[in-house]
Amino acid sequence: MSGAAWVVAELGDDGLPTRLTLEAATAARALAAAAGTASAAVVAASDPDFAASALAGYVRRVLVIRLPAEAGGSTVAAAGAIAAVAVAEDPAVILVGATPDGREAAGILAARLGRGVLGNATGLSWSAGEDGVPAGPRVEMSVLGGRALTTSAFADGRGIVTLRPGVVTATPGDAAGVIVVVAVPVPPAAGVRVVDRADAATRAASIEEARIVVAGGRGLGGAEGVALLEELAAALGGAVAATRAAVDAGWLPFAVQVGQTGRTIRPALYLALGVSGAIQHRVGMQDAETIVAINRDPDAPLAEHADLYVVGDLFEVVPALLAALRARGA
Amino acid sequence: MRIVVLVKPVPDATGQERLRPDGRLDRSAAPPVLNGNDEYTLEAALRLVDAHGGDVTLVAMAPAEARDALRKGLAMGAARAVLVTDDALAGSCALSTMQVLAAVLRTIECDLVLAGADSADGGGGVVGAGIAALLDLPLVSGAAAIDAADQGAIRVRRIIGIGEETVEVTLPAFVVGTQLLGEPRYPTLKGIMGARAKEIAVRKLAEIGLADAAVGGGSATTVVVAQRPPAARAAARVVREAPDAAAREIVEFLVERRAVR
Repeated sequence: MSGAAWVVAELGDDGLPTRLTLEAATAARALAAAAGTASAAVVAASDPDFAASALAGYVRRVLVIRLPAEAGGSTVAAAGAIAAVAVAEDPAVILVGATPDGREAAGILAARLGRGVLGNATGLSWSAGEDGVPAGPRVEMSVLGGRALTTSAFADGRGIVTLRPGVVTATPGDAAGVIVVVAVPVPPAAGVRVVDRADAATRAASIEEARIVVAGGRGLGGAEGVALLEELAAALGGAVAATRAAVDAGWLPFAVQVGQTGRTIRPALYLALGVSGAIQHRVGMQDAETIVAINRDPDAPLAEHADLYVVGDLFEVVPALLAALRARGA
Repeated sequence: MRIVVLVKPVPDATGQERLRPDGRLDRSAAPPVLNGNDEYTLEAALRLVDAHGGDVTLVAMAPAEARDALRKGLAMGAARAVLVTDDALAGSCALSTMQVLAAVLRTIECDLVLAGADSADGGGGVVGAGIAALLDLPLVSGAAAIDAADQGAIRVRRIIGIGEETVEVTLPAFVVGTQLLGEPRYPTLKGIMGARAKEIAVRKLAEIGLADAAVGGGSATTVVVAQRPPAARAAARVVREAPDAAAREIVEFLVERRAVR
């Protein structure tokens, strides 16, 4: 594989790379090592310095693109600038986190570079071509709602991959990478003007980053169920998530929707309250390490995907669970 | 406003969907239906034309048998459909899909293109943004509401991270929507009857200015190397105790799995 393995950084509200970005950086370094090439991260932001320093611990080179303040939050502007640098540098593989912004960036990069794109990788390795396909990354994906796993490759060994969370463990490298500031013209996102911006009232912990996620579905029934959900999440030190039904009912924000169209997560523990486990939801959480569900319906689809399935009324079981957790001082 | 809604016929999620040995979708296993997310963007488009005039054109790239799935969109209220179908398109990669849809959009005069956030089968969620880039159209994703604004512009409320923002977008533009756009309408009987007379224009690659060799399965940028069924998860431990006993079992299990200390 000639050409470097890149990771496109996504930054959290704190200006630091998200955990998924560090995981992707670790994956890029591993691919580069296997292919005998270099790893690099590209950070395009209005305030990229903290993120660049953090990423220097993971890859050999960090390419910094300073976006004008007015374009700082625009994925379109960032992806356009990154594409311009990628045309010049010609990396072989570009890894991007499989988040809403990451997918958007991957689509723009694929179009601008004329490269193939493989989405939602659940596994990533490098092959020298023993399988009869050109050397390059091999990308494992879960398709048809988890009914099949495929391994795919790029026909010419080069392309863009969106990576799901939790596929690799973020591990810093041995040596500090070099930070390089790249000057690239950033055209304003033509035709789009922000007229109003509102942060969510609650600073929800990022559900992609959370080790423990407590999710609620239709069975929450309303505000009382949501209050129990939030109390349990707090007691476990976890983040709150929702099914599409709970979001459509207006009980929880779209930002925490797990499943198709929403977020894909891979927490250590996924605890579901009143979640039936429709296929559209399962695609977003079925790779969680441990799945616990509390549901009145003993035959809900999630029963076949859980490790512990509690048949019961969440309005009775959750208060008892909260009391039991308090009793042990958890 | 002349609006194009990109729709993807996807296999009906009945549990019968499967891949062929070559890794491509077995289209005989499950009949195509409209991708669920695309019905939300279609609903948003229909509301815009209900309020401000204009019409909605459905655009799809799919095998010829997807016509039936498009009829539902026509019954909901779209004026016509354009179906790009060509034997050479079997096995198309995501890049090829972007290029084909961009090419057919260049042949249709419109003010606004809408696409769903992702599809129920592939689910990569990259094609919409790629088409916008190929067409150099202003792109707004995560749309939760779309309204007409002054002088050839629209106002879009969109989800960003855990907050939201409102943007004004000059037309023509490309908007990727979410389910927050609103529950899709059910086709009325009148709509269903009317849809039979509406045109589904079928386009071959040559008719949208593309050569067979440039796109489709023959020039796919990605290939499936292998496939296997997922490892089965061990059967769940089922708890049917009264709440207090069930709670103790949950805590024990969480401790066992090191989720709580």
